[in-house]
Amino acid sequence: MRMLNKTNIGWLALFLLVFALIQGAVLVGWIDAFYEIALVTILINVILAVGLNLIIGYSGQFSLGHAGFMAIGAYAAGIVTKQIPNYGGLLVGMLSGMVIAGLVALIVGIPTLRLKGDYLAIATLGVAEIIRVAILNMGGLTNGAAGLSGIPYLSTWFIAFLAAVFVIILIANYTRSSVGRATISVREDDIAAESLGINTTRYKTVAFVLGAVTASLAGSLHATYFSVISPDQFTFMRSIDILIIVVFGGIGSLTGSVIAAAVLGVLNVFLQPFGSLRMILYALALIFIMIFKPSGLLGTKELQLSKWFNRKKKQTQRQPVKQKEAAR
Amino acid sequence: MLQVKNLTVHYGVIEAIKEVSFEVNEGEIVTLIGANGAGKTTILKTISGLVRPTAGEIVYQEDIIQKATPRAIVQKGLSHVPEGRHVFSGMSVMENLEMGAFLRRDKKAIRQDIKKVFDLFPILEERKDQDSATLSGGEQQMLAMGRALVSKPKLLLLDEPSMGLAPLFIEQIFRIIKKINEEGTTILLIEQNAAVALEIATKGYVLETGRIVESGAGKDLLQSEAVQRAYLGA
Repeated sequence: MRMLNKTNIGWLALFLLVFALIQGAVLVGWIDAFYEIALVTILINVILAVGLNLIIGYSGQFSLGHAGFMAIGAYAAGIVTKQIPNYGGLLVGMLSGMVIAGLVALIVGIPTLRLKGDYLAIATLGVAEIIRVAILNMGGLTNGAAGLSGIPYLSTWFIAFLAAVFVIILIANYTRSSVGRATISVREDDIAAESLGINTTRYKTVAFVLGAVTASLAGSLHATYFSVISPDQFTFMRSIDILIIVVFGGIGSLTGSVIAAAVLGVLNVFLQPFGSLRMILYALALIFIMIFKPSGLLGTKELQLSKWFNRKKKQTQRQPVKQKEAAR
Repeated sequence: MLQVKNLTVHYGVIEAIKEVSFEVNEGEIVTLIGANGAGKTTILKTISGLVRPTAGEIVYQEDIIQKATPRAIVQKGLSHVPEGRHVFSGMSVMENLEMGAFLRRDKKAIRQDIKKVFDLFPILEERKDQDSATLSGGEQQMLAMGRALVSKPKLLLLDEPSMGLAPLFIEQIFRIIKKINEEGTTILLIEQNAAVALEIATKGYVLETGRIVESGAGKDLLQSEAVQRAYLGA
């Protein structure tokens, strides 16, 4: 019964409401093919940003290689679904991408996360580049610089939505578990954490691997929705794009990452008619946010239904007391 | 309870600790005093497994622990309160204390131990929902000590609890250290403030550039020339 408490039902209702709104808009025709692309891009960015926020916001490590892990997922799904063009293939592709991305993250994470300081940033920067160059030179398997095309269109906005919800629930619960608490304590003070018997390397590594795995999932969705992938989609600039979403929404706020991904996605769509002016306006919007709200849109605040429900409960409890006082 | 035998520690090529030996018996307050750079903190970090020694042996309750992980050492009942006030900012006072119980699974006993900490440090109970970053220096030191106590240590390693505190606070902290000791926790205390530390210590060791130069009962050392020298640098 603990699974079915008020808070969880509240979250479920919220997810269903968002889903119903999008579905309604699709049925009515407000979201046409063009806007659907924007919608899926937003959902993919939500997954990427939430995953990166776990690494940056919760474990306090700086990763600049998110696009690399995304590329692993994209190519894994692309290669597998071209051989097995059905949902089974999609699942196999997604899972194999996640496993490979997780392994690469482990190999990079274990040595660099033993050190204190921002070594991970430099290491991930290099790894993302290595992944991209490796993909460029893998010959027939990845088709080099031309990239893969004709990947079956298996992902829909609905699958992307499910994946985004899954990743949000996974990471939100992770940060609230005792493992998550240990991760936060390492971020806040690694010396104190170590002196309490917390293995600092382990928790930093787990967060990093989890972030990399979700990035790979996002990459798989990207490949099977857009059907065309090439190495130049996964450059350093893509990593920076995701980083911008995290910073814009607030480092350490998952809600912020979701909102920022949506806001920036919508902004991108509406700035499309301005052509090359778009990037300037986009940059200006970012600069203004950073001037007026340096900690990002939400800072470290989260949308917490449990708090909201409890507040309501307290209010209803207070009322009878007042009535008693009035009776006196 | 704890025997350190011929401990040698290197930081790269620099020999920070040279064949240091000392002993802590159950129920005692033992203090290591010495000036900056004498190697006090290094010894403590080596005992709690944060730094690896190059030679020597650390025996805790018949177990050799110099190769154990920090986690295993905490589980054996050795808790280290690091130098400076290492509290988890962004977490409330209560959450900080709960982190102290990270390796424990007995929820009921944890509640009781947190209550005990509140009895020792009533100010923490008053501020239990407050962000620990908003506490004063002295309160943060109390929180760091309280957090270590929640891990239920048999031997508490305290690294300069008086650092940067006003005399009034120092006095209060040392009263509490004595009380913790009287309630059955053995204490290994590192201090620069030799006068206060030796006042409550059963036994003291004076360190100078990685070597123990003198040892003895707390009150005797207070009069000793070596102590004067370690502190005045003459």
